[in-house]
Amino acid sequence: MRFKLTSDIKVLKEKANQMRRNILIMCNKAQSGHPGGSLSAIDIIVGLYYSVMMHNPSNPKWVDRDRFVLSKGHCCPALYAVLADCGYFPLKWLYKFRKIDSKLQGHPSMVDTPGIEMSTGSLGQGLSAAAGMALGYKIDNNSGIIYCMIGDGECNEGQIWEAAMSAAHYKLDNLIVILDKNRLQIDGFTKDVMDSSSLAAKFKAFNWNISEIDGHNCKEIISILNKVIKNPNGKPSMIIANTVKGKGISFMENKPEWHGKAPNDEELEVALKELQ
Amino acid sequence: MKATRDAYGETLAGLKNPNIVVVDADLSVSTRTSKFAKKHPKRFFDFGIAEANMISQAAGLATTGKIVFASTFACFASARALDQVRVSVCYSKLNVKICATHAGLTIGEDGASHQALSDIGIMRSMPYMKVFVPADPNETEQIIRWIAKDDGPTYVRLGRNKIADLHDKFGKSYKTKFCYARAQKIIDGKHATIIACGYMVEKALEAAMKLVEDKIHVTVLNMSTLKPLDEKAILRCPKPIVTVEEGMLNSGLGNAVAAVLCEKAGKKDTRMIRLGVDNQFGQSGKPEELLKHYHLQTENIVRAVKRLV
Ligand SMILES: Cc1ncc(C[n+]2csc(CCOP(=O)(O)OP(=O)(O)O)c2C)c(N)n1
Ligand SMILES: [Mg+2]
Repeated sequence: MRFKLTSDIKVLKEKANQMRRNILIMCNKAQSGHPGGSLSAIDIIVGLYYSVMMHNPSNPKWVDRDRFVLSKGHCCPALYAVLADCGYFPLKWLYKFRKIDSKLQGHPSMVDTPGIEMSTGSLGQGLSAAAGMALGYKIDNNSGIIYCMIGDGECNEGQIWEAAMSAAHYKLDNLIVILDKNRLQIDGFTKDVMDSSSLAAKFKAFNWNISEIDGHNCKEIISILNKVIKNPNGKPSMIIANTVKGKGISFMENKPEWHGKAPNDEELEVALKELQ
Repeated sequence: MKATRDAYGETLAGLKNPNIVVVDADLSVSTRTSKFAKKHPKRFFDFGIAEANMISQAAGLATTGKIVFASTFACFASARALDQVRVSVCYSKLNVKICATHAGLTIGEDGASHQALSDIGIMRSMPYMKVFVPADPNETEQIIRWIAKDDGPTYVRLGRNKIADLHDKFGKSYKTKFCYARAQKIIDGKHATIIACGYMVEKALEAAMKLVEDKIHVTVLNMSTLKPLDEKAILRCPKPIVTVEEGMLNSGLGNAVAAVLCEKAGKKDTRMIRLGVDNQFGQSGKPEELLKHYHLQTENIVRAVKRLV
């Protein structure tokens, strides 16, 4: 059965809150993983799976589905939490995240995990793969939409720009990309590590549709996604989502050190309280 | 006479399955995918000089049920886009057939930057990847037809230069007959075995014929499937063994054969000589001049066999 979507903002907010809890619990149990970028991405991923995408958890390979590729694969805790809640696999799998013999690998593996559309983790590749999917859908006249999320640090990769060029060249207006602009990468703020300012102008120059939103505002997220789907114009679309890395947890927000660090038990307790 | 890339291009253009999609990176004239492009323009995509993007896009296309053939020069497929081959294609276990041309020393004048010598070893080290090196145009056609029906990551190593079909050069009984994961015994002899792949099979056959003049009778195996490797053929063939390849000694056919021998041949004779490029770059020159410089001519094979028997 197709997943039942909702546009009830209250429901979406509650889901996002619950997913934030699961992200933190997963990283805590694994004592590894990437909470910062998962927390900046989660409101958007919730918007996609609960309000926008046509998908079917009991038939993940349904041919007419919309697809989501998480190009910034290290943020898979956010995606795993949502996939489990949608019913792609049992919730208890979340507790084995990053552990030996787990179906939930440290970075997404499409061979191991139902609902994962592409194996990512090596930054820069997911966007190309998503563009390839969009091309495949075009060949088949499949009206499904391919969504992809990339990071702002990830935009340092040359392959992002190769993909950007080719997606515009092949007029992939069935490709919608969300850029999680949390202004941080591993070594610090993107402006200091590798200045990637004016990303909007850059993608515009590559002949993409550009829009910009607050990536934590559920209403803005679903309204922009729905607007973009309804107006195909022969160009791929880039939604620049202004976000906060570590969003929702006071001591993680805007802190580079929470990129790839797991909360210990006390930190988890404090964090979960903040989410109540 | 034609190059294995020509046989690839012709065979590909003739494949009937409408799910086949071909991608290239601004080398379609050289890789011969242009033939397919002309015939099926809606199923051909040129990604420009951006090999990394091309390989990941090929993976994305494969997830939508397409049988994807991706071509560029072997040096770029195996090195420039290796991380994409590793993660987007192999880790994702997708149906992408990388048919890479201009492999080996015999690309000639373009020199070291364009001579893929490590590609066999690199591709063999990728989990799920099947690796093929056809010996002549006839076998190329058979391999391309076979992989088009198979599923999963695949690498086919193709050459630039015109070479003879073995049956045209040596006679009917030397005709290449591709059988997946099986070495083809082209000559049967009891004193030693020469195992070769690609254009080097022709050299191995010439060497075998020369050796007969000295009453040395060797078996010649065409190891056109490099992975999975036909271990039984390696263990059963008459020893000692000489391997010949147009590529690096430290990662290619010779090493693969040596590993099988050392681990599994028990008390049998495990002596062998590997012929190939020894930890050096190639250089510019005419193909046959290069083979001479890197000791890959018929005489080198003859000498290696004589040293062992
Ligand atoms: C090709 C590649 N190089 C390096 C890394 C290591 N790495 C993992 S996450 C990351 C920073 C990513 O920053 P960004 O894309 O902004 O993600 P986010 O801030 O959303 O976590 C790096 C460098 C990688 N995964 N892939
Ligand atoms: Mg970032």
